[in-house]
Parts: sequence; structure tokens; C-alpha cells
Amino acid sequence: MPAQIIETNDTPFEKIDIDPVTLDIIENALRNARIEMDATLVRTAMSPGIREQGDAFPLIADPAGKMIVGQFGSFIDGFLKGYDDTLEDGDMIFLSDPYSCDGAVSHSNDWLVLLPVFKDGRLIAFTAMFGHQSDIGGSVPGSMPINASSIFEEGVRIPPVKIWKKGEYNDDLMKLVMHQTRKPDWCQADLNALIASCRVASKRVIEMAERFGDDVYVSATQELLARNHRAMKALLSQAVGEKPVSFEDYLCDDGKGYGPYKIKCTMWREGDKVILDFEGTDPQSAASINFLLNENMFKMFFGIYMIMVFDPQILFNDGFYDLIEVRIPKGSLLKPQFPAALSGRTHALGRIFDILGGLLGQGTPEFLNAAGFSSSPHLFYSGWDTRQSNSREWFQLFQIGFGGIPGRPLGDGPDGHSLWPGFTNVPNEFLERYFPLRIERYSTEPDSGGAGLHRGGNGIHMTYRFLADGEIAIHDDRWFVPPWGVNGGHPGKRAKKVLERADGTTEIVGNKIEDVAVKAGDLLHFITWGGGGWGDPLERDPETVGLEIRQGLVTPEGAREYGVVADIKGAIDADATESLREEMKSSRGELPLFDYGPGIEELRASCEEETGLPAPVQPEWTANLAEAAE
Amino acid sequence: MTYRLGVDVGGTFTDLLLFDEENGKFWRHKTPSTPHDSSEGILNGVKAITEEAGVSAKDIAYFLHGTTVATNAVLEGKGAKVGLITTEGYRDIMQIARSFVPGGLAAWIVWPKPQPLAHLEDTLEVPGRIGADGEEVRALDEDAVRGVLRQLKDQGIEALTVSLINAYVNGAHETRIGEIAAEDLPGIPVSLSHEVLPEMQEYERTLSTVANAAVRPVVSKYVSNLRDKLEDEGLEGRLSLLRSDGGLMSSQKAEEHPVNILMSGPAGGVTGAKWVAKNAGLTNILTLDVGGTSTDVALIEGLEARRVRTTEVGHLSVRASALDVKTVGAGGGSIAHVPELTKALRVGPESAGAVPGPVAYNKGGELPTVTDANVVLGYLPEDLLGGSFQLDREGAKAAVQTIADALGVSLMEAARGIIDIVNENMFGALRMISVQQGYDPREFALMGFGGAGPLHVNAVARLMGSWPAISPVSPGVLCALGDATTQMRTETARSFSKLARDTSIADLQSVLDEMAQQIRGELLADGVPEDQIVVQFEVDVRYAGQAFEVPLTIDKSVLDADGIDGILARFDEEHLRLFTFNMDTPHEIVNLRAVALGEAPALPANELPKGDGDPSAAKIRDHTLWMDGKEQAGAIYDRAKLRQGDRIPGPAIITEMDSTTLVETGCTATVDAVGNILINLTSEG
Repeated sequence: MPAQIIETNDTPFEKIDIDPVTLDIIENALRNARIEMDATLVRTAMSPGIREQGDAFPLIADPAGKMIVGQFGSFIDGFLKGYDDTLEDGDMIFLSDPYSCDGAVSHSNDWLVLLPVFKDGRLIAFTAMFGHQSDIGGSVPGSMPINASSIFEEGVRIPPVKIWKKGEYNDDLMKLVMHQTRKPDWCQADLNALIASCRVASKRVIEMAERFGDDVYVSATQELLARNHRAMKALLSQAVGEKPVSFEDYLCDDGKGYGPYKIKCTMWREGDKVILDFEGTDPQSAASINFLLNENMFKMFFGIYMIMVFDPQILFNDGFYDLIEVRIPKGSLLKPQFPAALSGRTHALGRIFDILGGLLGQGTPEFLNAAGFSSSPHLFYSGWDTRQSNSREWFQLFQIGFGGIPGRPLGDGPDGHSLWPGFTNVPNEFLERYFPLRIERYSTEPDSGGAGLHRGGNGIHMTYRFLADGEIAIHDDRWFVPPWGVNGGHPGKRAKKVLERADGTTEIVGNKIEDVAVKAGDLLHFITWGGGGWGDPLERDPETVGLEIRQGLVTPEGAREYGVVADIKGAIDADATESLREEMKSSRGELPLFDYGPGIEELRASCEEETGLPAPVQPEWTANLAEAAE
Repeated sequence: MTYRLGVDVGGTFTDLLLFDEENGKFWRHKTPSTPHDSSEGILNGVKAITEEAGVSAKDIAYFLHGTTVATNAVLEGKGAKVGLITTEGYRDIMQIARSFVPGGLAAWIVWPKPQPLAHLEDTLEVPGRIGADGEEVRALDEDAVRGVLRQLKDQGIEALTVSLINAYVNGAHETRIGEIAAEDLPGIPVSLSHEVLPEMQEYERTLSTVANAAVRPVVSKYVSNLRDKLEDEGLEGRLSLLRSDGGLMSSQKAEEHPVNILMSGPAGGVTGAKWVAKNAGLTNILTLDVGGTSTDVALIEGLEARRVRTTEVGHLSVRASALDVKTVGAGGGSIAHVPELTKALRVGPESAGAVPGPVAYNKGGELPTVTDANVVLGYLPEDLLGGSFQLDREGAKAAVQTIADALGVSLMEAARGIIDIVNENMFGALRMISVQQGYDPREFALMGFGGAGPLHVNAVARLMGSWPAISPVSPGVLCALGDATTQMRTETARSFSKLARDTSIADLQSVLDEMAQQIRGELLADGVPEDQIVVQFEVDVRYAGQAFEVPLTIDKSVLDADGIDGILARFDEEHLRLFTFNMDTPHEIVNLRAVALGEAPALPANELPKGDGDPSAAKIRDHTLWMDGKEQAGAIYDRAKLRQGDRIPGPAIITEMDSTTLVETGCTATVDAVGNILINLTSEG
């Protein structure tokens, strides 16, 4: 049964013709309201994940639940269809269970607040925001257990409930929820911040409606959706052909020794409608790397990539949704069946963007970037800090790392930068001040960016020295299947993690591990992947390569990939360079559009030798799951 | 016999304002800027204005100057070649730049990454480590330091910066490197991060230190050149520069710490607005400084401008106090266009700039701008500046017609649409500094200045509900006025980062006393008499774990009386106002700052002759303009002939040498005693 919306005023909004100027003014005002949501959140949140790294996403929607501003698209329509209760003035919805909202949030760590905005007895808007909580209980600190086989191990699951009911705060509910987490102080502050953001946006919407009139405001939101629809329709007919094109890429492993997992997407246009079909994607995993992908969210990702190039000033909204159909096979990695574990979905979420880039880039070279999304690499470190005599304090760090940005048509990929919008690193002095840690190295990893006319960005080499005994967990990908290069550019180098123990031993550890005990004095080298290269590396100016040797971004050995012969000071041997380039040119074939590296079988064969880790085992699925994914 | 001369060098014009300290009489002058050597334009202006006033250069006691020389050095990458020494393992700190990519999802595709201000090849690392608690973990490797210095010298660096991890707690290693550099690299200026900015956060501290070093030689050359030339002209007064935070600093100090004058330009307008507000009897002001390509807005509450701890210059965010000035890419030169795909009306951020400029200026501009829309609507009369400059209204019409055609509306509707959109963009910026900070704009007046501020101030005041809308006396040279009327200022900051419950009042006071003594000494050294120095404190507080601190101003007596609890109570109140909630989490005292201020000169304003309320004597002619969807009859007035108490009903236009004030229909302008024009809604009946 769908949600029953209780309005004390049943007059429908009147549709009013909006002049283009008023429309643009309302569009701007909405955009500003959204910026205000972000600002409010960052200022009042407490967990480093939200406040320093910006891991949170706002939206403002129309009364039907269509997103007018925001960036991850609206889930509200799906939520309303499935919510078996009333919704009225003074209510606020709180939820975190991905299976109860069609994957609007895709793991239970993301807490979502939804505020229906009523004005004079009528529902006029929704505002919503979700943010990643650092800990929600469950079997491991951080609540993202790699070894989970069901969502029940991943901490508290909150179905859609009313945190505020007709203006009344549900104190008991929140006591119950906060009782489940290891970090109630962070969760409470972050939740307050989410609520404050939604309230700010709701206030702005009401002010706008007062200024322009309710009918004008609502009509304007409808016109904004229609405008977006028209623009996308024109864009899609130019940029997407009727002939199907496919692209596939892999997740390296599931943390339980199996992999890689294939994600495949095929795109074609039928009349005005674009079909995006994930047929051919592997079935769901028995581990936690599943990604419950909301169709609307994927439409939004797709639309944003399209719009970015043609009119970056356009307001992204849900208006174009009926121009796109997304098909995801049930039981696949991207539509796992309850109660599959979901906490490690970040790898597949990242990979989706590489796939979008490759898919669109095949037909429209102006879109074609190399690969660079691994995931959001995470490090968890927790334990008891006993460095102060006679005190024992629980600490728990959740940190998001970054890799290299791919080589782009515009130029080189930036080194060690974030592909996620608005994310920043946590200052190392902050880490050292508040956690038992010393960051001994914080640099880019030379040669890790793929060679190309435009070099892929280098990954980051961060070395943590632990100052207290504790446990760590690592979540990363792109350690087995490299990020591909394009237009003749080479793939980027893969991710790697090394533990250098205080006792002098060294071990290479996996990229998805947990419950690893560390001692005070141990070092962890957390090395991320580089972005793929763009264009023919033999065309890159040798002097640029020489400069990058002096800058420590490329080594003399790495310069050889560009056909450049140089010494440690970056001095170029021009003759040797010329003959090396000649030789390389004559011995290679035609430049491929995509350079994936040697291919899965060869990667498997050389895995142990090259990465220091055993190759992942090809996953096998029981018949019923495999069928579901067909 | 004592005069203050304010000089503001902008991109197009150098503005001068000569102020007689005794009677508030002033002279203003505008002369073209000379970008190849700004001092030429300044000297031209000085000659002209002293001649006009019949004053000898010797009588100018204070030469007060706002300059964008440091800003431009950063924006145009013309700073010095800076070498940077970091802690081992941290060479890429500026290259990684906190991993931040501006913009939304997929914005990385189109983001051009800027070059670090200290180039990576000129960044080298040295072994040695200080822990977060200030203890030495590993000794500094002095041989390695000498090696690195040798290499940087060979690479031809012009300035050296040292920024080591945790130097904000213990700067001993930095100091030692500074000593070695003084021996091995004589003549090369050295900046140490713990001296420039003793605060946590390695990237921000390093960036601020590097920015300071990069602009230092440029500023130093500029200042000494200017000082020499002014001396040649017989000007013996004291030369001070305007800081980003609206205070003045001696030119010698500006040479050492140029990072403090990065936003000197926009600060001038805000300090000028403060002086105007005081004379108009107003205390709460929002400022609207509309230039050719952008608009700056700021908030003044109780005659104090809001300050922020970071100075934003281009893509750089430097840790140095500045007035909280927000800038939007909306100005007279902003270009209107209608994208094919969306059919939306967009104004800016592209600008026609000074060249080719708006179509109406006849300098080759072909695209419709905000100025053109103002001309089409009749808000900017064709014969500006007393007939010396003729605007091309027909050209402007043809350009705006392209917008009308694309939107399918009439010419006038399109023109007004452009104005409405640009006003809305300004409104958006004003909201950021008012509503979003918890201020109610209806408790503020709005002051428009800069070339085009008075044209837009009435309409934007209506959007904000901020009355009166003010067109201040001499809006075109308000920056120079600000330079001339503000006070000396200096400040220092410390990281404190202790929980309030673990802090004793004595701890806090001893640090504050030490800081007070330091900055008092600085002002004394700059020639401010002891009895004129006032010291204030600021304490940054947050709930432990938050990233955002609320700065609270305290004075010593309040601290003595209310103690730490008093500070915390004020924090809770402020947090509630800003974010609608309080928490049980412990409070953390994050940073301490001390500010020393010289006395603000008590400068009177010059009174206008009293009128009888009838402005007819100042009327130039009748005029038709387009407003509220129709042609309307109005009039044009000459501002120079207005008397105090004159009342002008809208719609009307008031012109002067360098600016035009628009009074909208339904509003009435009143001239106050000192010549400010205050616009209010005409009361009903």
C-alpha cells in the first residue's frame, strides 16, 4: 500500500504559465538552497567521514518526489509506493535499510532523513539528505564487515520510521538506535546535521513559495523538469545511436578469495528512449561487495555525464527520467536479493563510473577518459589508546583514500585527487593529534599513473605508523585488474598494501582484509592505483617527462614507457630517445582504443609474482542465482 | 593643515580621495591606471588632486593605500620562484592539495588543475620529525639540510619557505633550518610556517607560507618604488597599506607579511561603507560593490564588518584574516546568453570586461551585457558624465534584441529579464553572508557602490527587504574613502586545541597576555602612540569533534567577570542561532587570536547646504524609462546640485561624474545631511 499523504487543504496547485526569467530565478534560488544544505552539514557534523570528506548527499524534490536539485537522483517516488503509513505535517522520516527504499541508500551506513514540506495544509516539497555514519554497530568497527554473508551482520538496519511524528520527537526510537553504535556521539551529531540541513532547505522552499506564490513555485518546479526533459531529449538523439554498444569491466575480488566479478552494460536507443541494460553482469556475491543499484540513481549518473560537456550550467533534475530505461537483472551483483550483504558496495559504485565513461566514449570521443575509479579505498583502525598513563580511550578511525585521476582529453590526470565530488583528505596533523598515529609518508606513487600523451594521475603512497595496538581493516580494489588506458595510453599501476612490522618482518596484505592485529610501531604502506593514460605516450614531449623525473613523479625507468631515455636528474639523451621511440613504434601494432592490460587469464597466471598475492579464484554460482542473472 | 590621502588602484582607474582632517572637506579624483607601473598613475593623481585642492604634498600626513599588487601576483602567477622544504615523506603536499576537485559529480573531467605556487621540482624534503605532542621523534639531519639548500640555490630560487609537520606545536626544526639558510643562502628571504601561521593543518599552513613568500619580492619592489617616487614629490607622510581585514599596516610590515594584503582591494569599499554608515546614523549594513566583471558583498553589524579566517584568491584559500567578502561573477560587463539546448536566460559569468566592453560603449563589444540592458531600459542615460561620453543606445538595443528573439519576448522584457537575473545573482551572494549566517536582512540597510552599485541597489534592496537602499556620497571612489578613514590593525593567532573542561582561566589568560604584548609592540614599532592602542581577543570554540569553529570576541574584563563558562554560554547561543541546535558534547577551545587596533581617526563628514525638500533646482531634464512592464515618465537630476533634505520620487535617475543612481517606481529618495541618498519604499497614501 502506498503512503497516505494527509493534507488539510485539498485545493490542487494551479498550473501557471511561468515567464522564463521567474523560472531562472527560482532555479537559482533552489541551487543556492542546496549549497546551503551542504554548508550546514559540513559545519555541524562530527565524524571525519562527513565533515572533512564530505560523504553526504542532499536533494530537494517536488510534491510528487521528483528531484529538482541534488546529485544522486530521487528515490522518493519508490519510497512513497512502499511506505505503508501516513505522512503529514510535522513528520520526518528516518531510514537506512537499502532494501526498504529500492537502494536509494545502498548500504546501512548511509542514514537518510526525509522531510515532507507542508505549507498551508498542502504538501509542497520534500527535502532529504543522507550521510555515511562511521559506525552503526555490527560485527566490526566501522560496520562494513568484508566477511559478512548477510546484511544482518552489518549493523543496525532502520526501516522507514518517523523520527518526528506530527511535531513530536521520537526519543525512545533514537535511544534504541544510538544504543547499537560504537560511536553514538558522532552518530548523534551527524544526524543532527542531516536534520538541520533538511530544515534549512525546507525553510528556503517556503520562503520561495511565499515570495512567488505557491502555484507559481510548484508550476516552476514542473517547468524545470520539463526543460530538462527537452534538453536531454535533444542531447540523447545526438549522442546515442540505435546500434547497441557494450562495455564491461571487473571488480577484482570479493574479499573471500573469489573474483573477478564482471559488470557489463549495453546501451542503445529506441526512438526517444535510451536503454541501458546490465544483462551479462555476474550474479550476486556471497560476500559483501554487492551493490543494490537504484535505477533512478543510475539514470542520474548517466545524465550528469552527458550534461557535463554540453551545458554544465543546466540544473540536473529528474525531468529526463522517462527518456531512459535501466534494466538490471534480478539476483545480479547490481540487484542482489535480500538478505545479501551490501556494506562493501563502494567498489562497484566506483566501477559504474568507469563503465559509463567507456560506454559513452566509444561513440563520442569527446567523452572518452581513461579509467581511474577503483572505489573509495577505506582504512579502519580501532583499539584502546593507553598512551596516557591510567587512561584507556576507545579510538576508531575511518578514512577514505584517493588514487589517480585518469588521463583526460583536457590533459594529464591530477595526482592523488578525488573523483568524488567535494571530498578532501583529512589533514595528517589532525590525524596525529586525535589518533595514535604518525603519518610517515604522504606522497604520490611514482610511475603509477598510466603512460600516455596525457599521463594518468599517480596514486597515493601513505605510510601509517601505528602508535597503539589495535586492529585494522582495508577496503580497496583495482589491485588485480588494472585501470585501463585509452587512445593508445597505457593502463595505470595497481593498488598495493604492505605491512612492515616493528619486528622487522614485511608482508604484503590483501586489499580487502579485516581483523588484522597491529602493534605499536608497525608501519602500513597504503598504496592506491594510478589513473589510466590517454593518447600515445611516444607523443609526449620528452622534456615534460624529464621535468617529471626531477619532480619525482616519474622514474628514469618509468620514462622508458614513453620511449624516453633520461638520467636520474631528468636530463634527456635525445639520440637514444629518438632511436628507442623508433624501435617501439615499429614493433607495436595499431594503437588500441582501450588498453586493458594483458587480460584476465594472463593476470591470473602472473598474479602471485607481480602482486605478491594469490590470484582470485573464478567464482561459481549455484544454479538458481546464475539463472536469476541470465 | 593635516590631510589624509586615500588611493585605490583598480584595473581601469586609480581613485584618489583627499580628506581634510579638520573639517571633513574632501576632493576626489579619478585617473587611468597604469598597469606597467602603478606609481605613475598614482603620481598623476597626486599632482592633480593636490593642485585642485591647493594643498602641498608636504601637508599630506598619511598616504593610505589599497592595492591589488599582491592579488595580481598570485592570480597571474607572477610571484617569486619559491623553494619549499618539507618533512621527509611530504614532498607532494602542494601537488596533492588535499585531493580536492571543485564542482559536482564528473567535474574532474573538465577541471584544469592549477600549478602549485611552489613548483614541485623546487620542493625538497629533509629527515627529522616532530610529533603531534611537540616532542622530537627524530633529530633534524643538518647535513641533508645543507645539501637541499645547495640544490635549491643551484635551481635559482628567489625565496625560501620551510613548512614541517607539527611545526605549529614546535618550530625548533624550522628555526634551525632558517639559521642554516641564513648562512648558506645569504640574501634569500626565508619564511617559516610556524611564524607565518602557527596553526594546525599542514596544507593550509604550507600554502599560506608559500603564498607569503611568493608575493613578497613583488610587493617589496612595488612598495619601495612607490615610497621613493612619493619622496621625490616631496611627500613626507606615513605610507600605510590596507589589509584584507580592513585595517591598515605600515608599508614596511606589508613588505614582510604581504599575505595580509591579498584582498586589500575589496576591503577598501567595506571600510568606506562603514564610515558612510556612521555618518548616516546607521549601524547595520550590507554592502553591494558592483564592478565590471564581478560584485563583492559583505556584512557590517554594529559598525563592525564580519571577518573570516581565510582569504580566497582565485583557486587559493590562504589562512589570513580577511573581511568576509563574497564575490559573484555578476557585473556591468556580464554577458547575457540563451543556450540552444535549454533556452534558459543566463547572465555571466563570462564578461565583456573593459575590452571589448558592453556594446553601448562602442569599443568593439558585440554581445549584450548588463550595462546594455540598463541602457535599453533608460536606467543609464545616453549622455553620461556631463556629456563627455555618449552611449550607443541603438547598438545596445540590437544586441539585447538577440536575447528577446531567442526567448520569444519583447525587447524591453528581455532587457528587464537580464537585470532581474543579475540582481538575483547578487541577491544569492547577499543571502550567503546574511540569512545563511543567521542574520535577518530586514535588519540591515543595503549600500550600493562601485561603478554600477547605485544602479542596482534599489532593486536588490527590494528583494532583500533591506531598507533603506543607500547610494553613498561619492560611490565611485568609496574604496579610496575607506583607505583614508580606517585604522591601524595587527593580529596574531595560536592553536590552543584543549577541551574547555581541562582549561583553567589562568592558562588562557597567560597565553592571551603574551599575545597582547607581542602585537602591542608591533603597533608601537609602527608609530602608534601607546595610549591609542586597544587590544581585543577572539576565541574559536566548537563542540569537540566539529570542524567548524565559532569565533567569539571577548575582552579581558568580560573574561575576568564571566570566566570560561561565560564564553561557552555565548558559544551555545551562537551555535543555536546558526544551526538551530545545541549538544551535550564537551566544548573545545581551538584557537586564540589577539587583535591590536590603533585609534580610528574621528573624521567628520562635510555637511551639504540645507534645502526645502524640493529637488527641482537639481533637475536636468524629463526622461522616459521602462519599469514594471511599461514605459514611465521620470526625471534626471544632477547629484552635485542636490541639497540636504531634498526628496526625489521614483522613477528617477541621479547622475554624477562616475556613477548613476536609479530610484525605482514606488520608492522615494531622500538626501541626508552629508549627501548620501537614502531610498525607501514610498509609504502608502
